[in-house]
Amino acid sequence: MGFINVKKKEVQIKIVYYGPGRGGKTTNLEYINTKYRERIKTEMVSIKTHGDRTLFFDFLPVDIGKIHGFDIKIQLYTVPGQVKYNATRKLVLKGVDGIVFVADMQRERRESNLKALEQMRENLLSHNKDMLKIPLVMQYNKYDLKGEGVELLTVEEMEQDLNQELKAPALEASALTGHNVVATLKKIISGTMIAFRKELQ
Amino acid sequence: MYGVSQEQLEKIDTLLTDELLSIGVHCVIVIDTAGNTIAQLDKGKCACDVASFAALAAGNFAAVDAMAKLVGEEEFSLHFHRGESESIHFSKINDDLLLITIFGNDVSLGFLRLKTAEVIENINEIWGDTSC
Repeated sequence: MGFINVKKKEVQIKIVYYGPGRGGKTTNLEYINTKYRERIKTEMVSIKTHGDRTLFFDFLPVDIGKIHGFDIKIQLYTVPGQVKYNATRKLVLKGVDGIVFVADMQRERRESNLKALEQMRENLLSHNKDMLKIPLVMQYNKYDLKGEGVELLTVEEMEQDLNQELKAPALEASALTGHNVVATLKKIISGTMIAFRKELQ
Repeated sequence: MYGVSQEQLEKIDTLLTDELLSIGVHCVIVIDTAGNTIAQLDKGKCACDVASFAALAAGNFAAVDAMAKLVGEEEFSLHFHRGESESIHFSKINDDLLLITIFGNDVSLGFLRLKTAEVIENINEIWGDTSC
């Protein structure tokens, strides 16, 4: 849950990139880390397996400037996508303020997207959070594979599978090339800030 | 989203300075279990990146807590990592907050544990019924 520090005049916000394994969550953070290197004061923290897969989480703190005199500090996390690490995913979701669900557009990954979303709903419930109420952005990743001989789901199919009930803002993206990575980040930050404002009112 | 008053934060800072920095602790951090930093004080001897440290500490604490439950324990009350020149001690303040101290070889672990127990009691009084 976001924390307002009135003494230091800062707000800390936790945003988690969630989704199936090998979907591009870490690649999103790596792109942001490279793109905004001058604004990020520290190194990205990644806890990985020997096979270079996320073991615990990635962490990247980003300062986005001031709102009403308060420094806004965004803390970006990813969860490990591999099925066996659900206990860890649950831990990382503790205190989450906003979620980017990174779905994989490859047709063969359709089932993995659905399972990951359903598990996210359950994991959020274990923290007494309702997936339908938390700020969320859908990112349909790997759009760059279009025309590369890989069969992709259409945006309409992705929407029908994942976003019918949620009706969250959705963007097709390529974490690898950076297409819509920043747009996704901006969307979730603004969605989270609007939710905070409502909460404070 | 939650917050505490400036007065509460100042009281916590004073407490940490008087009770922990005064006995030679290099750095003391209070975080919540989501990884947010509530308070951080040091004697200029701690060059670590506090935001990353807080995220890792919260994750570490949560993982050890989950391991405790797997072996049928309610919790492991002592989390301590000894290094060659710097050591880290973790304590649970309440269900929402953790106290982390980083200290050198000149501070005795036993004395530090006594001090942190007092500090935890006082932080709980200051924190009151604030809920994260």
